[in-house]
Amino acid sequence: MNAKIKETLLNPIFKGNPITVLVLGICSSLAVTVTLKGALVMSLSVIVVTGVSSLILSILRNTIPSRVRIIVQLVVVAMMVILVDQVLKSFEATYAIDKQLSVYIGLIITNCIVMGRIEAFALGNKPWPSTLDGIANGAGYGLILIVVAFFRELLGSGTLFGFDVLGRFGYVTNNLVILPPFALILLGCIVWLQRSIQKDLQEK
Amino acid sequence: MEYLSLFVKSIFVDNMIFAYFLGMCSFLAVSKNVKTAAGLGVAVIFVLLATLPINYLLNEYVLKAGALSWLGEGFADVDLSFLSFIIFIAVIAAFVQIVEMVVEKFSPTLYASLGIFLPLIAVNCAILGGSLFMQQKDFANIGEATVYSLGSGIGWFLAIVSLAAIREKMSYSNVPPALKGLGITFITVGLMGLAFMTFMGISL
Repeated sequence: MNAKIKETLLNPIFKGNPITVLVLGICSSLAVTVTLKGALVMSLSVIVVTGVSSLILSILRNTIPSRVRIIVQLVVVAMMVILVDQVLKSFEATYAIDKQLSVYIGLIITNCIVMGRIEAFALGNKPWPSTLDGIANGAGYGLILIVVAFFRELLGSGTLFGFDVLGRFGYVTNNLVILPPFALILLGCIVWLQRSIQKDLQEK
Repeated sequence: MEYLSLFVKSIFVDNMIFAYFLGMCSFLAVSKNVKTAAGLGVAVIFVLLATLPINYLLNEYVLKAGALSWLGEGFADVDLSFLSFIIFIAVIAAFVQIVEMVVEKFSPTLYASLGIFLPLIAVNCAILGGSLFMQQKDFANIGEATVYSLGSGIGWFLAIVSLAAIREKMSYSNVPPALKGLGITFITVGLMGLAFMTFMGISL
């Protein structure tokens, strides 16, 4: 593995994280972080969608006229999202995936990460690095989602992946953490932590 | 009376930003001053108001299970709902494109003030989210769908204008350097969301 590929893979996970640094894709993500399972399903879906649509659009990049590129991108991304949604629907009963998730899976289409990475990377690079970039950005997004979901599920309902963790020590569930606004406050704290470590990211 | 309660509910109780986190990307990026925020807010109201009823009709007469029965007996059990993501996003992208061209042609002053926001709106989660929630809520007629779209748009407008006002004031206050900009904005939005939660108990 050469240095450039390693950089493409590792940069989006921490230093150039799509959520905390680039401020992309906050839209649909925070409502699915009440439970770890929802966050995990959402992250895997986003990884698949960004990876494959970056690959497809990178292959097509020299044949798309730039005037209509947004529509072409939307069509490719929408197709991938439909595929993911159908796969999830078929496993819905077996793994008890929340029905509400379907709306947020649909919103991956307008998730800025997907479009942002296609615009910024896939349209100017060869297919292989583009795929890696898509996957890595999906993973960076998933990482934040899982960290937020970990705290929200643990503090909110005292469980992890549905297993009782804090409840057995007499923990009283905290509804404030389950409410949507808390996800934003938690995210603010993550940004705070990251920017205290990486001083160069601080805004003037 | 039903319309009125749906209207108030979609503005305050089911607020796109504070209850569902939809349209976050542009919400955070374009809320640095009140004037541009209001411009984007108006554009969102307009596009939501126009695309949601169109998508409602498409859902009712083309996409829903059994919706094609007006074509004849043989179509009664056709279910095209898996196509809804791609159809909805196509309607939205096409509408935004048309509006952009019309506004550019007939009102250059309006285009100058609104123009830069229009392409952003095609990938604004609030617009697609509105259509997907409309599908989930299963409205009885097009009137309800229209009222819902207007209410959601106004709710989004109020949210972005008030955040922009707070951020303008906040530029004079002393924020820890690592929290400046993104971090404090996240926390502010979280606190605003908590304030909006007070509307949740109201049943209309």
